[in-house]
Amino acid sequence: MSVGILMLVHTAFGRAEQVARHWNKAGCPVVIHVDSMVPAADHDRFVEALGDLPDVTFSRRHRCEWGTWGLVAASQDAAELMLERFPDVRHVYLTSGSCLPLRPVEELIAYLDERPRTDFIESATTADVPWTVGGLDEDRFTLLFPFSWRRNRFFFDRFVELQRRTGFRRRVPRGIVPHMGSQWWCLTRQTLSAILQNPERRVFDRYFRRVWIPDESYFQTLARLCSTNVESRSLTLSKFDFQGKPHIFYDDHLQLLRRSDCFVARKIWPHADRLYSAFLSDPKGTQARQEPNPGKIDRIFTRAVDRRTRGRAGLYMQSRFPNHGWENGVTAGRYSVFQGFSELFKGFEGWLARATGAQVHGHLYGPGRAEFADGQTVINGALPDTAKLRDANPKAFLTNLLWNTRGMRQCFQYGPHDTPEIMWDLARDPNAQISVISGAWAVPLFKSNANFADLRAEAARLQKIESAMLDELRSPDARARIRIWTMAEFIEAPMEPLQAVIDEIGQTAPRRLAEAPVLEDLAGFGQFLQNLKNQGMHPYLVGDFPVEPAPRNSHRPARRPYLVKK
Amino acid sequence: MGAWQSYRLRLQRKRWRLRALRKSRELRPASDRTDRIRPSDLLVFCTQRNEGVRLPYFLRYYREMGVNHFIFVDNDSTDTSLDYLARQEDVSVWTTRGSYKRSRFGMDWINFLLRRYGHGHWTLTVDPDEFFLYPFCDTRPLRALTDWLDASSIKSFSAMLLDMYPKGRIDAQPYEAGQNPLEIAHWFDAGNYSIRRNHRYGNLWIQGGPRARAFFADRPEQAPALNKVPLVRWDRRYAYVSSTHMLLPRGLNAVFDEWGGEKASGLLLHTKFLDTFTGKAEEELTRKQHYAGSTEYLAYAARIRDNPDLWCKWSEKYINWRQLEILGLMSKGNWA
Repeated sequence: MSVGILMLVHTAFGRAEQVARHWNKAGCPVVIHVDSMVPAADHDRFVEALGDLPDVTFSRRHRCEWGTWGLVAASQDAAELMLERFPDVRHVYLTSGSCLPLRPVEELIAYLDERPRTDFIESATTADVPWTVGGLDEDRFTLLFPFSWRRNRFFFDRFVELQRRTGFRRRVPRGIVPHMGSQWWCLTRQTLSAILQNPERRVFDRYFRRVWIPDESYFQTLARLCSTNVESRSLTLSKFDFQGKPHIFYDDHLQLLRRSDCFVARKIWPHADRLYSAFLSDPKGTQARQEPNPGKIDRIFTRAVDRRTRGRAGLYMQSRFPNHGWENGVTAGRYSVFQGFSELFKGFEGWLARATGAQVHGHLYGPGRAEFADGQTVINGALPDTAKLRDANPKAFLTNLLWNTRGMRQCFQYGPHDTPEIMWDLARDPNAQISVISGAWAVPLFKSNANFADLRAEAARLQKIESAMLDELRSPDARARIRIWTMAEFIEAPMEPLQAVIDEIGQTAPRRLAEAPVLEDLAGFGQFLQNLKNQGMHPYLVGDFPVEPAPRNSHRPARRPYLVKK
Repeated sequence: MGAWQSYRLRLQRKRWRLRALRKSRELRPASDRTDRIRPSDLLVFCTQRNEGVRLPYFLRYYREMGVNHFIFVDNDSTDTSLDYLARQEDVSVWTTRGSYKRSRFGMDWINFLLRRYGHGHWTLTVDPDEFFLYPFCDTRPLRALTDWLDASSIKSFSAMLLDMYPKGRIDAQPYEAGQNPLEIAHWFDAGNYSIRRNHRYGNLWIQGGPRARAFFADRPEQAPALNKVPLVRWDRRYAYVSSTHMLLPRGLNAVFDEWGGEKASGLLLHTKFLDTFTGKAEEELTRKQHYAGSTEYLAYAARIRDNPDLWCKWSEKYINWRQLEILGLMSKGNWA
């Protein structure tokens, strides 16, 4: 008993010839179908080249456009010829000209001999698989498709739409349940002849002639009707990309294909010399016979589909520039933005770095330059600290920084002095954790040695900017993790919110903070605010800060910075 | 895009094509071997001036990649490069004394030659200091890529310009003919590129890298554009608009994915910063034949005199395309 090979060929005849010879050498009869679109000269040359092999024959030619009936008609004719001409054949294996046998043919024959009644054909009902591209799953069996999808996409789509709108449905012939699956099957003589000699074949053929992509459903459906033992998988390794187009194998897939233990792979690049010479040469001692295991190869192709459809989160580059809302992650990693903290605490940045182990920058969007951690002027990815370059595209600066420092938690300071354009990008980024002490900009003003009139003007300006920022943070579309305290609120119990923020950063094991940051000396700050108010400038963002020093401070004789302890 | 805008771009495309035809009168064939081009050949188009020292490696690099024929425009070279090119069996070369600037930096000549010889071919339009890199270029020839692009119905392929530079002074190590320039200039900036959309032509406008960092820090808007679409399955209706940064019809500029995914893309390793650069920059100051009154070269000349070290602590050393893929500078996209 042997295996009969059907080959559908339309190009790369040299390779097809090589493979046909390979099958034939192992005793497999081959029936070849050449697309009728192939010029006569090429066809004749091909037939002549295989003329020395009596067991290689050619079947009646059909026109095989993708997704049309021609492919089924070609398979039918070739299969009929195979069954009639070679009575010894028990299994018939449908392949294409770009298929390549990966394991010695003897192993395939032995494998099939052990399973004499099994039909290997991937076949699933349309309702249960998400394979189809373009949303035509059930519709392909109930609509008409007179326009070519490849050449007349516009009319194809419009006509489908029209039929859907008018509720047009074709009747599926009685007795069959539409199934679909990979075109590349291996059926037993019994099943195949039952399909081809079915008394209702005329009815079925007429129906499938108008189905879309019948080569994925004709045999798949009828095998369910005629077979006693369907093994719903294809013996041909064939991976599809997100457009439903087969992935192509190249020389560098050699090891991967070897390890897959599949019998046949599709589709092979015709110039992949190494693959052809490796797999078509005589096997050097067969290994232990294993079940085909395409899982290993699956992974790299699944990843490719994933890269093409979802991409790498937070990456903006020449071939990935997502529209607003389609980023799958605006930035590459989580980060924290602190507003008002470095004004309120002495040495806040150093403290934060110690407490979290994160990379803590100063004001990245500061007016003079980007204050990178440790006073660097250039940081990962050769990102410079130049304010002008940064402000020419503030969002790119942020996404670049986070992409370049993937795997390292980033924290930076922000405030009303800084480039305001970035605020909205921060607010709508779920990766951002934004903590704001509103009104803390008043502290440096209070500490500064400037004329009060200037201070008043500056305070009014900063308050206006910060107020606009807070509006953005409070927008219903803001997606960041946002916390806002007024300064008065915050210094009531500073450790409580700090602990929450640090815990959320979650770099270190959750434990109480051992060291507290040092608060600026705020004695007299209340009076400073009152003076601003007296000048008609109400610093409302600071909150209700008592004019007189808080009672616990007031008893202290000496003024000194105090440690906040929980 | 409205019909009006669409119509205006159509007119513009026709204008570039007519202009190319007019400027083609400046071209004189020096060695025409285009009758040897077979229908499936991969072609390289290139404008050069006094690049004799670079050409041997350039030709070798692209021949090894699988390019079948080179089409050169020689812009009034004074070195031996024209003779050298004319001797190569797989090179056709035209020569011109016309103004580089007034042929829109060579693009009119190239548009004409593309139209005449590129129709139906995969064409790669590069400068002599640009080295094309694509996913799997170490294991698959260029034809594997173009076959895959054909099968995927993709007509144009993006390759951003990646400026390569040496560590230390640019003129510290002399470059010799036939040498791989990446032996000298093998550092690059990995992550300081700024991208915007150009809605008019539908392309991305990318700036950044060492040139923006070192020469244009105070006027970033003038930094050179790095986006390029050098590999195109040419049709005689197409036209490059501005260098190879963008094309018309504008569908060809849609080389990036807008819905979160990554399309496949490559890179052009730009080995401009060799010891030959200082001389070029000096010459440009007097010739003034480059883009925007050669502002770029003016900026270079100013910096180059005092401290031409583009290297910094965070410069990345070039290893291979996989490294560039991981860094997110190029992508395998759907190709596996």
